[in-house]
Amino acid sequence: MTSLRVFLIGGLISYRALFNWLNPWILVPSLVISPICQILLFAYIGRAADVGSDEFYVIGNALNYASIPCLFAMGHTIGGERYNQTLSLILVTPTRRIPLFLGRALPSIVNGWAVAMVGLVGGSLLLGVRLPAGSWLPLALVVAVTSASCVGLGLVMGAVSLRVRDAATLGNVLFLVLLVFSGVNVAQDDLPGWMAAVGDWLPLTHGIQAARGIADGASLGSVGDLVLTELGVGALYAGLGLLLLRLLEQQSRRLATLDRV
Amino acid sequence: MRLVRQLTACYLLQLKILARSPFEGFLGVVFPLMFATAALMVYRVDGDPDALLYAGLGAAVMGIWTSVTVSASTLVTRERWAGTLELVVAAPTPFSLVLVPITFAMATVGLYSVVATVLWARLVFDVRLQVESLPFFVLGLLLATVTIALFGFLLSVTAVRYRTAWALGAALEYPGWLLCGFVVPVALLPDWLHPVSWALAPTWAVEAMRIAADGGAPWAELGACLALGLAYAALAAYLGRRLVDSARSRGTLALS
Repeated sequence: MTSLRVFLIGGLISYRALFNWLNPWILVPSLVISPICQILLFAYIGRAADVGSDEFYVIGNALNYASIPCLFAMGHTIGGERYNQTLSLILVTPTRRIPLFLGRALPSIVNGWAVAMVGLVGGSLLLGVRLPAGSWLPLALVVAVTSASCVGLGLVMGAVSLRVRDAATLGNVLFLVLLVFSGVNVAQDDLPGWMAAVGDWLPLTHGIQAARGIADGASLGSVGDLVLTELGVGALYAGLGLLLLRLLEQQSRRLATLDRV
Repeated sequence: MRLVRQLTACYLLQLKILARSPFEGFLGVVFPLMFATAALMVYRVDGDPDALLYAGLGAAVMGIWTSVTVSASTLVTRERWAGTLELVVAAPTPFSLVLVPITFAMATVGLYSVVATVLWARLVFDVRLQVESLPFFVLGLLLATVTIALFGFLLSVTAVRYRTAWALGAALEYPGWLLCGFVVPVALLPDWLHPVSWALAPTWAVEAMRIAADGGAPWAELGACLALGLAYAALAAYLGRRLVDSARSRGTLALS
């Protein structure tokens, strides 16, 4: 019961404290305008290059932007606590670490999902992309799985933030890696072999492929293997993140580097 | 002489600070470089060398826009956090003369990005930048740098009373890349957006660089770019004085 409380209430409080906002307008430029502008940028690049369709770029970039809240929120889970000098207080408690950190992941998954859905809806409306009515529900599910998968990578980043001070820079670098390697704007088949191989081990890649398949009329069942692979990749990163958190927490205690800002 | 010393000292100090910042130095170069990579990868699918060259040239300037807009919007906020805003405003040196060299330092960091992107495009995408008229090309690049710095000056004073200006600056990054025609021809955008593009000085600077690369003499484009840059500077100087006076009289300089 305590673990459930830490998971739900602790995660929600941590999320609310994340942005230091007094009113939610701050979310509009970061999580509404920017994803839609990235979609428009690449859709127009695609038009100029006569490569791909608007739908291709709407889906790729909307899902790519889901990674922003997932990566940054998880990075700030550590960095923000350290900045506010509460990290040592949290880690000295006997609370189990898995509900503690996964609780912080849950609002990030919801946030990432919402950002991607805003991008999908906004980008489709602005560019005149018509997705089949029946595809929206399975798309929403695939987006949720992809957000969860990105949070797995975010957990790794959160763990690394125990040793790396600049979580914002690290988050941006990971976002860029996903942009270039995950088939966001260039189909995996058109990427050089080594880049496609790297992309196969990153979150987003299989989620984007599944979402494009659904938008082209495929059923959820027919892209089930892609969705499961996306989930598996996310679980792999989440497991790695929790392991790293444990190891680096122990190391930080031993080296007295926990509060080093 | 004192003015030159103050501007130079402020510029050099800020350049050193920015160059050592992982966020503004390292990321200011890498972020637009990776977006340029993504754009060039799209252009490469079709394999049209002219289109690649078009995008490669514009992509090089993207970094200056990023370095300035993202950082300039938080310029005043950072002084506030550092506890130096009141000191800077109270100093006998006009506030604008403190901000201008800082935004020029930001634009200079963007020049690293230009070099990095040109080399990257050459090494990775085999985009060979061929410039027929080098003096005009360099002039276009310099004017792009100067006018983007002045746009940053305008942005920084406009944001003086907004605590969350950082979000505004970050949100300007992609629209600027699109509207200035760095990697997409402005003609491809909807007609109603064209006046917005024309009001942005970098649009003219990049166009001038493309004309110069083809061997033309882009006097009109360079003139339009310079005129817009001067308009930004005049508006920013006026707004800077008004907004700072307002913040002082209302006692909101530190609190806003």
